[in-house]
Amino acid sequence: MTTATRPDSRRRLIQRWAALALAAVAWWVLYAVNQPFWDWLIGGVFGLDLASRLGSGVHFFFYDTVKIILLLAGIIFLVTVARSFMSVERTRALLGGKREGIGNVLAAGLGVVTPFCSCSAVPAFIGFVASGIPLGVTMSFLIASPLINEVAIALLLGLFGLGPTLMYVGAGLVIAILAGYTIGRLKLERWVEPFVFETKLRGQVIESTAGLSWDDRIQMGVEEVGSILRKIWPYLLVGIGLGAAIHGWAPEDFFAAYAGADNPFAVLIAVVIGVPLYSNAAGILPLIDALYAKGLPMGTLLAFMMATVALSLPEMILLRRVLKPKLIAVFVSVTAVGIIAVGYLFNAIL
Amino acid sequence: MNIKILGPGCANCVNLEKAAKQAASELGIAATFEKVTDYADIYSYGIMSTPGLVVDEQVVLSGRVPTARQVKELLAPLVG
Repeated sequence: MTTATRPDSRRRLIQRWAALALAAVAWWVLYAVNQPFWDWLIGGVFGLDLASRLGSGVHFFFYDTVKIILLLAGIIFLVTVARSFMSVERTRALLGGKREGIGNVLAAGLGVVTPFCSCSAVPAFIGFVASGIPLGVTMSFLIASPLINEVAIALLLGLFGLGPTLMYVGAGLVIAILAGYTIGRLKLERWVEPFVFETKLRGQVIESTAGLSWDDRIQMGVEEVGSILRKIWPYLLVGIGLGAAIHGWAPEDFFAAYAGADNPFAVLIAVVIGVPLYSNAAGILPLIDALYAKGLPMGTLLAFMMATVALSLPEMILLRRVLKPKLIAVFVSVTAVGIIAVGYLFNAIL
Repeated sequence: MNIKILGPGCANCVNLEKAAKQAASELGIAATFEKVTDYADIYSYGIMSTPGLVVDEQVVLSGRVPTARQVKELLAPLVG
């Protein structure tokens, strides 16, 4: 991408930032009128009682759908543009030569800010381990990356506010650091497929996001919003639909009676259900929002969400190419134990 | 010209291949296309984020799906 200084480049510059500013204003206006609009349409035009089951369920569905899509679009765009200044290649260079411990902390933090798609988990794993980064440090990165993702952050922020979002991010980092550190201490290199250590680099490593112009980065942001929304909308609609149903119809104390704060096994059960369940934060969070409103404790709900997004069957199948089943089992167990501990901790302190 | 598309076969790889084929045909390049799906082979090019685009054994792009126009900009200077 050459950034040639053409005579029209100044005008292009003004156009670009003006378009961005306009988009930001449009976003803010839509976000501000969302609630009054549905109050008016459902309560006023269709005459439904917003306090009734049907009225509140329908209102919840439309209001939440619009709000969530707006939040997702805004935050995915910002995160993608910010992350375009990082790359997996740079992350690996930063992790090179770091000891375990400090390496795990750094790897978990970088897992949050590095642009990373789970479809690249295998080549990244090979790239890290073959270049001498310890297995445990690599695992810290691979756990943090899906656990603390922009979709989860956008939705937590919108549905629960800043406090629970920071709690989630902090807990996710601690789990990634400790689980990776534990895997490193267990010395499980023998359970990595041997070809990983034998892989040799032939060519020159190029940084995947090097030399991008602002136009490229903005375009990447817009494309990412489109591609993530296209990918998650079915999960989102099912999640919001279920959430709306629970919101409007489930008896007030139905869930609390079975999975409330006084059930000591609630967190454990939530994680056991969440691990094999394959969804993403977009499908899970509207459901969690509705369950929270029905009196379920935050620790149990966050543990359920973490188990669903951090550990999934398709990812295990992908990782099977480089990890032997025993190591996958250890990875799942250690991470699940961390999530369960966090769930109980949050339930105890909140 | 030999063009390799590196990636396990996800949607990104398919889109990259489409963009590369379009770019090559618009530039009038006689190119042979190859898919590299084996993870060890992918990494041997130094690629850690798929998809990757390799032209005559040189990595020119990785980790994102470019438009056909962007691939044209990458290919144009490589035509002998």
